[in-house]
Amino acid sequence: MLFELRDVSLVRGGRRVLDSVEAEIPAGATAIVGPSGAGKSTLLRLLNRLADPDEGTIAYRGLALDSYDPLALRREVSLVPQLPALLEGTVASNLAYAAGLARRDVDAERCLRLAGLDPGFAGRDVSELSVGEQQRAMLARALVQEPAVLLLDEPTSALDHAARDAIEATLVRLREQLEISLVLVSHDPEQARRLGEWVVRIEAGRVAEQGALAEVLG
Amino acid sequence: MPGKGAPEGGALIHLSISQVGAALALVALAAAISFWQKADLERDIGIATVRSFVQLTAIGYAIKLIFDADTLWLVFALLAVMVVFGALTARSRAKRVPGAFWPLLIALAAAGATTLGLVVALGVFEATPRYLVPVGGMVIGNAMTASAVALNRLGDEIAESRARIEATLSLGATGEEATRPFVRRALRSGMITLIDSTKTTGLIFFPGTMVGMLLAGASPTDAVRLQLILLYALLGSVSIAALTATGLAYSNFFTKAHQLRDLDAVPNA
Repeated sequence: MLFELRDVSLVRGGRRVLDSVEAEIPAGATAIVGPSGAGKSTLLRLLNRLADPDEGTIAYRGLALDSYDPLALRREVSLVPQLPALLEGTVASNLAYAAGLARRDVDAERCLRLAGLDPGFAGRDVSELSVGEQQRAMLARALVQEPAVLLLDEPTSALDHAARDAIEATLVRLREQLEISLVLVSHDPEQARRLGEWVVRIEAGRVAEQGALAEVLG
Repeated sequence: MPGKGAPEGGALIHLSISQVGAALALVALAAAISFWQKADLERDIGIATVRSFVQLTAIGYAIKLIFDADTLWLVFALLAVMVVFGALTARSRAKRVPGAFWPLLIALAAAGATTLGLVVALGVFEATPRYLVPVGGMVIGNAMTASAVALNRLGDEIAESRARIEATLSLGATGEEATRPFVRRALRSGMITLIDSTKTTGLIFFPGTMVGMLLAGASPTDAVRLQLILLYALLGSVSIAALTATGLAYSNFFTKAHQLRDLDAVPNA
């Protein structure tokens, strides 16, 4: 099992955002679905240790999440946020920054191609990119670190249908070529059907249902 | 009148309380302008006038006591009090920085100690109360302003850039790495005001020490030299203060696991 969450609760601003969550996320492609404000993105942040639960435990590959070095964990379990948040500069400088953190040599061309961007984008300033291109640049930046798991928070929510389809095709290709596990947050059940193998449905901070795609979304 | 009978050869001038009272005419003018333009600053002008009178009179007597005692321990005690009050004042301006007091206290103490230590070690000033008290006060005051501006900017930058900082943290960056550009900009903000005023000194305005020395009858050459020494000392002290304050305060935004704290849930101190 990739992740196991036991009795996980989190309170923010006096509100119980996650309430006694019990969930299992296997290797492969998992979609976390549910309405806006259900706690999906918060759950994803816990898996990357951008936050810790107030109660309960989370295990990654059988070991407590907080037993891992948080910096090494974040390079192995990489989160791509909902809204692009690149550093000032070029796409290449963003990729080089991520590679530097992981102490790896950067193969910018390969990562850009994997993320569905032409290598010519390397020299482009990030302020000149469309939202879809920035989202792909974020994906390429995460791939530089060669993560084992990609956590994707509503990766297509700001995109039109054509751009959404292209990103989804890229994610399918990444699964096939790199065998990366994906944990995808989406408010769109159709996207979960297209990309997920396992589904966790959250409502009001609690797990309402979880299981194989066919069991949960029929 | 000091203007007419200005003594020569560096002798001191003496001012009566009635001359200070006469200067209140300009305060009345400021209040009248505020009232006329409905700027609603009359109360603040009144408070500022009373506070400046009380505080400066009190510190005047304290300095006289220290000069008369001629002991460095009292100088250090006075400067320590200034550092504590300076840190408390600066903290109130850096509301978005969690636990800002200790970084500010250390920053002001480091700026004061280093700057005064250097000017004494280099033979610029003697280690006597007559030099250390006024120079120390200026150093700590400017350091307070610089570090308050720097931390205020740091707090604003981090609060407004949460998404970018968390995106960087999620790549495995440390809190220090994720905030480095913001710390750099905050440091710059803290230092730039004094740098700019140093650039324009003598052209657009006459700085206070030089004006004071000229009014007191010192030669223009001496007035300029003392002013230059102080400006250079202040450049050093504000850079030490801003660097120390930002360098220590950024880490308060993060947990040990390099998680950006929820600022709404973190008290200022």
